Amino acid sequence: MESGSIMNEHPTNRYRLHLMLCAGTACVSTQSFKIKEILEKELKKQGLDREVLVVMTGCNGFCAVGPVMTVMPDGIFYHSLTEDGIPYLVEEHFLKGRPVERLMFTPPAEDVGIPKIMDIDFFSRQTLIVLRNRGLIDPEKIDEYIARDGYQALAKALTKMSPEDIIDEIKHSGLRGRGGAGFPTGLKWEFCRKSPGEIKYIICNADEGDPGAYMDRSIIESDPHAVLEGMLIGARAIGAEEGFVYIRAEYPLATKRLEIAIGQAREYGLVGAHIFDTDFSFDIHIKQGAGAFVCGEETSLIASIEGRPPEPRQRPPFPAQAGLWGKPTNINNVETWANVPSIINRGAAWFARIGTEKSKGTKVFSLVGKINNTGLVEVPMGIALKEIIYDIGGGIPGGKKFKAVQTGGPSGGCIPARLIDLPVDYERLTEAGSIMGSGGMIVMDEDTCIVDVAKYFIEFTSDESCGKCSTCREGSSALLEILEKICMGEGEEDDLELLEEISYATKDASMCGLGQTLPNPVLSTLRYFRDEYEVHVRERKCPAKACKALITFHIDEETCRGCGICARNCPEKAISGERRAPHKIDPDKCIKCGICLESCRVFGIGAVVVE
Amino acid sequence: MMGKLSIQDLEKISQRVRKTTLLREGAGRAKITVHMGTCGIAAGARKIMSTLLDEFEKRTLEDVILTSSGCAGLCSREPMVTVELQGETPVKYVDLTPKKISRILSEHILGGRVVEEYALAKGSERLY
Ligand SMILES: Cc1cc2nc3c(=O)[nH]c(=O)nc-3n(C[C@H](O)[C@H](O)[C@H](O)COP(=O)(O)O)c2cc1C
Repeated sequence: MESGSIMNEHPTNRYRLHLMLCAGTACVSTQSFKIKEILEKELKKQGLDREVLVVMTGCNGFCAVGPVMTVMPDGIFYHSLTEDGIPYLVEEHFLKGRPVERLMFTPPAEDVGIPKIMDIDFFSRQTLIVLRNRGLIDPEKIDEYIARDGYQALAKALTKMSPEDIIDEIKHSGLRGRGGAGFPTGLKWEFCRKSPGEIKYIICNADEGDPGAYMDRSIIESDPHAVLEGMLIGARAIGAEEGFVYIRAEYPLATKRLEIAIGQAREYGLVGAHIFDTDFSFDIHIKQGAGAFVCGEETSLIASIEGRPPEPRQRPPFPAQAGLWGKPTNINNVETWANVPSIINRGAAWFARIGTEKSKGTKVFSLVGKINNTGLVEVPMGIALKEIIYDIGGGIPGGKKFKAVQTGGPSGGCIPARLIDLPVDYERLTEAGSIMGSGGMIVMDEDTCIVDVAKYFIEFTSDESCGKCSTCREGSSALLEILEKICMGEGEEDDLELLEEISYATKDASMCGLGQTLPNPVLSTLRYFRDEYEVHVRERKCPAKACKALITFHIDEETCRGCGICARNCPEKAISGERRAPHKIDPDKCIKCGICLESCRVFGIGAVVVE
Repeated sequence: MMGKLSIQDLEKISQRVRKTTLLREGAGRAKITVHMGTCGIAAGARKIMSTLLDEFEKRTLEDVILTSSGCAGLCSREPMVTVELQGETPVKYVDLTPKKISRILSEHILGGRVVEEYALAKGSERLY
């Protein structure tokens, strides 16, 4: 074959600058395609369109400050780009070579912008394996993936390794499932390989149902071929010739990139019959998710692909024994698959050097909540929570105090501020009463009520319980009822024990992981923040001042200057008073919206108090 | 419809595309910085840049990074470029013309020998 390939539109090496503009979902929503259009127009105007290339990349990770762009080869990082700022940027930097300081990132509490991407803590403290290509390639061009050693691992696996060798390599690497439970991947592959049967399947779980989590979406958006190559290698190891990607219907961009990737791989013969002229053939299909949280659970996912209602079933038999259409099936998470090519390329020993004793490699987290640098980060296993929250995450906004971090989504738990030095790996998180889960990390500050947090997650899971097991269905609604009562100030002394009792019963008697883990947010908050529950129950107060039923607003007579700003802003007309005399809030009319508090604070007076 | 890829093709595609994408890795064997301040542009820095780009297209210059930066402070000697070979002190060339830059490309970038006659006087000139 002549390698004058069709996949790459830029066959020349004439360009002197590449503008790596983020086209992840977050940056697209802040108009990065519009920015692209204007950049290209301005470059043309300055006669630079043959010298400077705009490349749309997958998610860069620093979603808090999008649209973002990195200028290579110098690595100058620009953020919060606006249409108006582009003409100046093009002339100053791309024509005259003077990077524009006001578009550079300035960390909170500092006043000088940082020019280079690798000098910004958010990036420099990350370790990229799964996301090694993020921001460096255009995910819609297979050639660019190939230029970054793409499909070399597949070539090696097909021509230099037996299926058993591949499994051994993955076993020795220590790779564990990134979808929740952390099961050793090599072992799982081996079960499936050894399972009797001619026909076997592999599945990529891209259902990503945890609220606030978007690791898998970003991995697919920024490097779909890595997931595909991982699956091809896994299929070879297991002896499967057909695979499925089960992807959330809410992920149109990721789905599109995956379709493009599969199409290009098929055209190159990397998917199809006799790949690299070996006896290995593989075909792959995309299946859109049915929308419920429980669809991510492997047995319901399989039911959903088969066209049955997505309900979990009893295991054993495990999918490795009888999965899709009763055939041996291996299911792994997106991030698990995406780790595979690097392990095959660089070897198990290299991978096993990263991380802790039993948790190897890196983990991708989506860092959200009360944190300055919201975004997607990949860090080595064993990194301290503190480093993620303060060094990478840039700490808590508004000078507030860090209270807790929730990991593992609805199956996880809350880790309190005093455990900030905790190393993040499977074992330590479990000991602390939470789980690694799929990588959601929700940061909470002092204004977050811990009972409210537990209530939020139980609301989610009781809504998402498929209802097949009564313990899960009834247990979750009983928990929710009690938590609502406590937040309303109607909790009773023995409610806390009752919460624990129902939690354990639900854990013990539910069939699938949903019921078995849904009480975790309740149990972990009771473990670390029992006093906060007790104040709600005994004193009918909410220490974080978040539960509306337990707080009252009033105006401090001494401080109030009678300016009337609160009264004018109050949507319920609940505030009255003479001009220049202290005002009053009528508790019967007050809806506790907090607008008076905010406006009084903005004017620097601070006379409105919450108790 | 594209033919099926062999492992050798993989290598070919990789080699070819890497010429374009190497720039993104921020690491090259050599780096040429054209000083493009207003003074540089007025003195003909754009011509130097386009000569370089033409040469890049003609020859196979794989791991050479071409970039621009602001005025180097010596406006009277523009157009000016800085050539940096990995592990060596950067050299500044002044009063450039397309012809001179082509020679610098062949002798210094490809051949590894500084073109002394175009370089800023030895000694104190090696800024940085
Ligand atoms: C209620 C529930 C929801 C789940 N959702 C997901 C999900 O969205 N994505 C995922 O990869 N795994 C999810 N899992 C875990 C899967 O059942 C399965 O363990 C996982 O896909 C295996 O892949 P791994 O070994 O690579 O982690 C869920 C499990 C439960 C119980």
